[in-house]
Amino acid sequence: MVGTPEVLPPSTSVGIVGWLKANLLSSPVNVALTVVVGTLTAIAAVAMARWLVSADWSPIHESLKLFLVGQYPSEELWRIGAVVVGATALMGVSWAVWGGVMRTFARIVAAAGLIVALTPIEPAGFDLAVRLWYLGSAASVALGFAVGRAASLGPKWVIRAWALAFFLGMALIWGFDERSLGSSLRMLFGAGATLTVVLAGAGWVGRFPLAVVLRWLAWGWAVVFVVTIVMAWGLGQTDLAPRVNTSRWGGLLLTFVLAIVGIVASFPIGVLLALGRRSRLPVLKGLSVAFIELVRGVPLVTLLFMTVVIVPLFLPQGTSFDLVLRAVFAITLFSSAYMAENIRGGLAAVPLGQIEGAKALGLGGFQTMLFIVLPQALRAVIPAIVGQFISLFKDTSLVVIVGLLDILGIGKSLFLGNVRWFGAQAEVYLFVAAVFWVFTFAMAYASRKVEESLGVGSR
Amino acid sequence: MSPIRRLLSYRGIPIWRDVRVLQAAGQLVSVMFVVSVLVFFVANLMSAADERGLSLGFDFLDQEAGFPIGESVIDYHPADSFLYAFGVGIANTLKAALLGVIFATLLGVAVGLARLSSNWLVRNLAGVYVQTIRNVPLLVQLFFWYFAVFQALPLVREAVRLPGPVYLSNRGLFMVWPRMTSTFDTWLGFLAVGLVVAVGLRFVLMRRERRSGRPSHAVVVPWLAFAAIGAIGWIAAGESPLGRSVPTLGEFNFEGGARITPEFGALLVGLVLYTATFIAEIVRAGIQSVSRGQSEAALALGLSSFQTTRLVVFPQALRVIVPPLISQYLNLTKNSSLAVAIAYPELFTVGRTMINQAGRAVPIFLLIMAAYLAMSLTWAAVGNLYNRRVQMVEH
Amino acid sequence: MRQMKLRYPLLLVLATMVIAVLAACNGDDDATAGSRLDTVKERGNLIIAGRTDLAGFGFLDASGKNVGFDIDLGRAVAAAIFGDPNAIEVRPISASERGPTIQGGEVDVLTRNVTWTSTRDAQWGNYTTIMFYDGQGFMVRADSGFDSAFDLDGTTACVTSGTTTELNLADFFRQNGLSLETVVFEDTASVYGAYESGRCDIATSDKSQLAAIRSGFANPGDHKILPETISKEPLTPVVPHGDDQWFDLVKTVMWVLINAEEMGVTQANVDSMVSSDNIAIRRMLGAEGEFGQADLGLDADFAVDVIKAVGNYGEIYDRYMGPNGMSFELPRQSNELWLNGGLIYAPPLK
Repeated sequence: MVGTPEVLPPSTSVGIVGWLKANLLSSPVNVALTVVVGTLTAIAAVAMARWLVSADWSPIHESLKLFLVGQYPSEELWRIGAVVVGATALMGVSWAVWGGVMRTFARIVAAAGLIVALTPIEPAGFDLAVRLWYLGSAASVALGFAVGRAASLGPKWVIRAWALAFFLGMALIWGFDERSLGSSLRMLFGAGATLTVVLAGAGWVGRFPLAVVLRWLAWGWAVVFVVTIVMAWGLGQTDLAPRVNTSRWGGLLLTFVLAIVGIVASFPIGVLLALGRRSRLPVLKGLSVAFIELVRGVPLVTLLFMTVVIVPLFLPQGTSFDLVLRAVFAITLFSSAYMAENIRGGLAAVPLGQIEGAKALGLGGFQTMLFIVLPQALRAVIPAIVGQFISLFKDTSLVVIVGLLDILGIGKSLFLGNVRWFGAQAEVYLFVAAVFWVFTFAMAYASRKVEESLGVGSR
Repeated sequence: MSPIRRLLSYRGIPIWRDVRVLQAAGQLVSVMFVVSVLVFFVANLMSAADERGLSLGFDFLDQEAGFPIGESVIDYHPADSFLYAFGVGIANTLKAALLGVIFATLLGVAVGLARLSSNWLVRNLAGVYVQTIRNVPLLVQLFFWYFAVFQALPLVREAVRLPGPVYLSNRGLFMVWPRMTSTFDTWLGFLAVGLVVAVGLRFVLMRRERRSGRPSHAVVVPWLAFAAIGAIGWIAAGESPLGRSVPTLGEFNFEGGARITPEFGALLVGLVLYTATFIAEIVRAGIQSVSRGQSEAALALGLSSFQTTRLVVFPQALRVIVPPLISQYLNLTKNSSLAVAIAYPELFTVGRTMINQAGRAVPIFLLIMAAYLAMSLTWAAVGNLYNRRVQMVEH
Repeated sequence: MRQMKLRYPLLLVLATMVIAVLAACNGDDDATAGSRLDTVKERGNLIIAGRTDLAGFGFLDASGKNVGFDIDLGRAVAAAIFGDPNAIEVRPISASERGPTIQGGEVDVLTRNVTWTSTRDAQWGNYTTIMFYDGQGFMVRADSGFDSAFDLDGTTACVTSGTTTELNLADFFRQNGLSLETVVFEDTASVYGAYESGRCDIATSDKSQLAAIRSGFANPGDHKILPETISKEPLTPVVPHGDDQWFDLVKTVMWVLINAEEMGVTQANVDSMVSSDNIAIRRMLGAEGEFGQADLGLDADFAVDVIKAVGNYGEIYDRYMGPNGMSFELPRQSNELWLNGGLIYAPPLK
């Protein structure tokens, strides 16, 4: 609470009085403003505090598991726990390698895990095992930090570890059954073939040195391929991690999956679209512009509605693919168009002299783009890109409208069968808002810190 | 040498390494790819139309819609056509978008200025507001406003009476509203005359100001003239041209006055509070973008601080502010589609109902997309118009 | 030098493209092999468009499993094909998504309180057999003083969008010269939430739904359902247009459920009934003769699997809405067998 000037004794140190004079009481208008606004704030704060104390938090208390993971089967929750612990361990490693904002986050996560594990209240289903997982995530931060310090890993390896963890985590959450080997391979081939065709096409058009691109591709692919086969085949034989249909994913888990997959997918597409829009080739440019403008011209809900309800009309009879995947598809489409416009701004900001300089040094078109132009362009628009990530994260809540149960959907569905909770709508939606706020605020904070450390915007 | 021999003896860059050839081929491949994907989709749709009797035409649009719409700007009846029902949706979207844009701009500018206030309390309160609201998804906020606030208002029989009278209940906000009486037309005539006089005065005064270089109150005087003529007209009309329409509690609900339904109220409050945070940041950045030297120089030239703000800082800030502001207006318009979750019958909500009731998913979906694209293009055109004007001034 | 480097990756690209094309073709074969029955068998489960938000018809039990009258009809079809009532995926959709969902042909059966109307039959899909006879009614607060739907002039009604109830409501009030304010919601929960909060004077829907919701209120006695029934709502499972075999299959499974009740075959006695001396029963259970199973692509004794999995029509009804049902009690009335004076009637299995 901010004290109104009347209640502060005048005999306090000169510093405070001086500060008050400069910041709150510099003119008669300011005095009046301070008094009025201060009083109103005080009244609002008291009312809010009173409400918070008297509020009925039982819907959240009793449905915490739903809010976190939706209908994910209880006996399989160890998999979520394992993914979280893996991620926190990597956070520890990242802290050791990068420091900075990672240090802050890793510490906060560890502290949060510790606090939750030791908190005396017991929401429904919050048993010893769950507490141990929270404790484990706190411990794994420390462990990761120790390992990172001891092994003195390079940033390159940490990035690779995160990328691998992304695929492994998704695979583990999804799970395997005896049918999954075939479908995994098919998906892998489908995705890989598309990627290859796109890159090969881009290589031809933009004169990329194919060898470089393909070497990366071959390596990445080989790793993912081996891992997939081992996991799908090995685990498909056992009951260790049976397939959990995405229709059972929900709550914060679903929100995170939608956001992370959306971010990972929309960033490269956005870069390609931005390059396409700047291309001198009329067809490439025209297609990019048409896509970007069409997508930006309509609301995200209509795109979600399109992929969920309308697209099946355009597919062969009986084709069916995953609802969550379709939602991700719409979110990615939408976000990549905005991403492209942000990156285009960055590309325009790179001085022509940089490109000429690179050419003069004998770099090819692809090398110039990859090593000279893109890094500068992306650095210049980090705030805009992170802003777009934040938007995407918030936009995941729209999947409620097509019937998915993300954290907001869970909040809404609580009132379906529970008339006794009708009175607690404010509590539920405020809780959901608070959860979203914590993560978006963290992203904004990280963006600010990274920006500062890179010296963007200090001009 | 014959052309064929010349071709065979060609020793330059081989075709598969010729950039122009490669680029042309690449473009051809991408066009073929896009076209074949489109053909694939359309072929499937056509076969679906064949096999499953899917209707693709727009001929149903003049059939009777049959479904009710909660509220509408223009009069609607279930016996009206599907096309008209769709028009009702568009009108409702425009209503939300226009009112939203006006209020969000007012609030956003106020908060943006507050962020730059010399008063610590005001500055930080504005900061807390911006950082809290913009980081929470709009849909969550809409749910909160509609389900937790507007529906939790008192029952209609126990409505809260605010001065005015304004009644607040979970059936909405009912307030006193002007009602035209028989003399309204006479008064309107006076107002028209007043408008002509005011515009003429403004023109004359501006010209004098430009010629003499002395301020001639070209803003205040025309307004005064307009107000004066309006007042004369009010008295001359005899009976007061505007009456009061006061809401009174009927058997089930209030009647008379103006009404804001809970659905529209929640949508408007949500849209305005959310968009205003972005506008505030745009305004703040815009004003900060004007270098301090500009205002110092203006003050040194003897301009008052009000004149400095109005004539020097503001026009320059505006150039930075307007383009992102317009894209916020566009976002607000698009975000009004979230009303589907809180029962305000805007374009998307009505469209979805139509899809189900008419059984024509594809044509109606195309209509929805076209309507949103048209609105986006309108905002983009406004933005381009402004940019062009600013550029002209610059030259 | 550079060309040397290029060759190996280029080969790799070509190889993967070939493999990918082969894999894709393989996938296509599966998808377009022909009938929906083959697609379903290949997929290994049945996709049902249903709901999770209405007690009695489609909801989640304590363990998070999809249950309800409508869902069990889908389970019966899964049992007929796979012998396993759990080989289903339930896709929860809102009322206004039902049309495009079944038109898209992506789901195999739509069973989500769908009323059969002529327009929908022409536009949406094939309607199999009426499994629940319902009608639209009005729910009001008990202390509101309304006794008849004709008292409702000037009130506010909450209704779900994209439903027949929405259309009937408009018709009824127009027909009788009554004025009405409507608030149209996307989802059922919001309709009753708004009714509960007092936003609306009346909530209107199928009477079975009103009964379901009323039973869920803390004090069901505070609310009453007005006597008038303003429409016919024949609730029917729907299949996509364009596949006659699939249409017939789902219809026949529904008829088995009804015939089983007629013949007294239940979940408990189905095994012993196989050796019954009643020819009609033995035929239905595949012990003797044939009633079209082979043409439908089903096993001769699929009816045994169906009845073992979900019981007969009456058992399904009673499981959720019978005297000791999971959800609430709703007298069968029109939904009695024709033998008992109701409307439930199915063609013979011959």
